[in-house]
Amino acid sequence: MRHIVTINRTSLKDSLKKPGCGECQASCQSACKTSCTVANQECQN
Amino acid sequence: MYSKIHKYKQLGMNIVVDPVSGSIHVVDDLTYEILDLYTENDFNTIVSLLKNKYSEDEIKDAYDEIESLRNKGLLYSEDVYKDLDINRENSVIKAICLNVAHDCNLRCSYCFASTGDFKGGRKLMSYEVGKKAIDFLIKNSGNRKVVEVDFFGGEPLMNFEVVKKIVEYGRDEAEKHGKTIKYTITTNGVLLDDEKSTYINENFSNVVLSLDGRKEINDGMRKRIDGSGSYDVIAPKIKNFVFKRGNKEHYVRGTFTAKNLDFTDDVLHLADMGIREISVEPVVEKEDTDYTLKQEHLERILKEYDRLTEEYIKRIDEGRPFSFYHFKISLDNGPCIKKRLQGCGAGFEYAAITPDGEIYPCHQFVGNELYKLGNVDSGIENKLLQEKFMESDIYKREECSQCWARFYCSGGCFANNYNMNGDINKPYELSCEMQKKRFECAIAIKAYEMMFKKNNKPQQFDN
Repeated sequence: MRHIVTINRTSLKDSLKKPGCGECQASCQSACKTSCTVANQECQN
Repeated sequence: MYSKIHKYKQLGMNIVVDPVSGSIHVVDDLTYEILDLYTENDFNTIVSLLKNKYSEDEIKDAYDEIESLRNKGLLYSEDVYKDLDINRENSVIKAICLNVAHDCNLRCSYCFASTGDFKGGRKLMSYEVGKKAIDFLIKNSGNRKVVEVDFFGGEPLMNFEVVKKIVEYGRDEAEKHGKTIKYTITTNGVLLDDEKSTYINENFSNVVLSLDGRKEINDGMRKRIDGSGSYDVIAPKIKNFVFKRGNKEHYVRGTFTAKNLDFTDDVLHLADMGIREISVEPVVEKEDTDYTLKQEHLERILKEYDRLTEEYIKRIDEGRPFSFYHFKISLDNGPCIKKRLQGCGAGFEYAAITPDGEIYPCHQFVGNELYKLGNVDSGIENKLLQEKFMESDIYKREECSQCWARFYCSGGCFANNYNMNGDINKPYELSCEMQKKRFECAIAIKAYEMMFKKNNKPQQFDN
């Protein structure tokens, strides 16, 4: 492509195939827990 | 039907986010303009609208690339998650926040915990209650192998002997049940000494240390009991601790308020102290004080995040990078969609436990009787309340269901919503606007690193 660069390789839609195992870390977006958002976590499975 | 995309300019790039697929595209100026017209106009109309600036061949070329990505489901992707039936009833407790001290040796003006006592009197958790909290966690964590205990307060180092005993007890119990407990601690640093630092470094997988940045900013909010500033006490201790901590996980976190809307200078102050893992976050304060963040501050705050982004990149380019927690983003291996529909988990994956053994959905609800879930003797009793948290997700809220950032934020903080709007499901708009800006910055930094890291030239755009 000459006009568009796609910078990531996976689609979130692919995660529909994942079982939702729940092994990911608990998230916390409140002040004192330094706002662990979902976006900065990695899938653990 | 075209789902919405989100486009913005940052760090000299035109960035396009396709929320449903999570795809991030960097596009040239022509494509950026076509995307404004694409959903409402056919190709010939777009050509007629842009032909004064671009040739028809160029327009066709860019248009075809957009079409190609749309056909691959990477642009204007239809929302396929709306009707997912996520059952959270089998959720298990993954992490607990142990409020081992409802007392503090600082008197910070913005403290959500009423300077440490959570409006319930100053008290410390006993070892007996701590043991029952560990038992509660193990019993309610199902088949999950790795669980977390965060020692919190108030100031947890005020009850450090009990902390150590709970750590030992937890380790023994976890082993008996085939689990591992990861311990973390959140401290203001006042009582840090060599002995405690060594223990923490040996036993804690993450440490959060509080420092607001520049001395005058820190001391304006983070005061000692006698009213004097805390910087001269805590800054050397935190610096020393971070040096000893090395590469083990930790964060030095600060809070910015209306008094330091130039918070980039506080982030850089921490970086210049040699701290490499930094988080500085907006204060949450509903009362009308001189430090409360208000809508009128938003424009200035958003510009400040731009400034921080530029400084952040500059430091990377200069070979002296630091990590800003809110600019971290996982674009390729983030959590699955189930997690993204509701990220928090308060009340059913996460709970806070007080010195008296009471259980709340999270540390921010502690002391609010309406939100008490139960206690360590009888477990979670208020199932209706728990269900209220379980049932919530981004598609249950009008504001979230159309937001471009919904799969990054995943609904945000229940407690902030409650504290500001009286409803766990009513988003706190100012917080949303800041959060969206931070995601834009985080994505831009990732894109910048990918686009320019080789020879400081874009990877493509060779036309």
